[in-house]
Amino acid sequence: MSLSAPLPASAAVEVEAPAVPLGQLAPWALFFGLVAVLALFFVSADQGAVSIPAGTAIHEWVHDGRHLLGFPCH
Amino acid sequence: MTTIHGTSAPVSAPLLSARALLVRGLVAGLVAGLLAFAVGFLVGEPAIDDAIALEESASAAPAASSETADHSHADGTATHSHDESTGEEAGGHSHGDEEEGGISRATQKGWGLLTATVVVGTALGGLVALVAAGVMGRLGRAGRRIRPTESVAFVALAGFVAVALVPFLKYPAAPPAVGSGDTIGSRTGLYFAFLLVSVVAAVAATYLGQRLWATAGAYAGVVGGVLAYVVVVGTAAALMPAVNELGDFPADVLWSFRLGSALTLTAMWAGIGVVLAGLVGRLHAQQAATQARRDLAASL
Repeated sequence: MSLSAPLPASAAVEVEAPAVPLGQLAPWALFFGLVAVLALFFVSADQGAVSIPAGTAIHEWVHDGRHLLGFPCH
Repeated sequence: MTTIHGTSAPVSAPLLSARALLVRGLVAGLVAGLLAFAVGFLVGEPAIDDAIALEESASAAPAASSETADHSHADGTATHSHDESTGEEAGGHSHGDEEEGGISRATQKGWGLLTATVVVGTALGGLVALVAAGVMGRLGRAGRRIRPTESVAFVALAGFVAVALVPFLKYPAAPPAVGSGDTIGSRTGLYFAFLLVSVVAAVAATYLGQRLWATAGAYAGVVGGVLAYVVVVGTAAALMPAVNELGDFPADVLWSFRLGSALTLTAMWAGIGVVLAGLVGRLHAQQAATQARRDLAASL
């Protein structure tokens, strides 16, 4: 079990700053990154400039949040 | 590092794992979303109501002459409606409470706003946690790397500046009734392009600052990194076109709305930073305590 893999040679000097190995972090970052971008898209931009699915229901539902969170809206 | 074992000793996994940090980020984001909803509902919604009332009183007059052509928020059929009436009445649009296919203002202000803030808060909270997980133990100089709580504070603050504050300064939030439906495509493109520039510049500036910190010290690192970000973002802001569709929208309502919007965003990012820093700090303390016990046992 080694936490020090991604750190340079100075790792042995490190005392109190734990790191998360990049190999462990990568799949979480990739998967959650995709989910988060999708979620942000539906709140911020869907059924404005781009519509998936067509209609206005999502736009209307999150309408006030879209305005208040600073996303372009009309 | 706290655990360096040459042999494959059966050590329990460290508490500060990617999964543990992500879970705490989601929790912090959920709390931040609720907080942002409270602030948005109390501070932002009155201005939105004012803006929609202004829009409807303005569209009531020309509606008699040209009935459908112009896009208006009270006009439920085209693309968009702020109220539930279908807008086929002759003169003034009624914006009462009858449900006709649309979503009522009460729903937009309540469950709708709550949905938006909680979804955005949870997504941002998770992203902040994962970025902080990548940063912790890596930024800083050898022998004094950034600690978990510090990295959460840094990422939340940098995220607030790069994702919320700077885009707000260039393309500020616009209330209902401001912004034409015809330009939603270009406005969306400009906003997200500038957001992308800001985020990429923040990441690059952090990398540059890190390099400078290692070679020329903390002062040079911090000043150099911040300066690099400001120059890149300032140049992009100067080069990219402005959006001004305000017309004769009243300045006091605009100010109230933008204040409410800025406070909503601030509440969200502050909530993420404060809650996640607390949760991660506690986790780090637990990990340190476990390690101390293990070291003691090993030394006996």
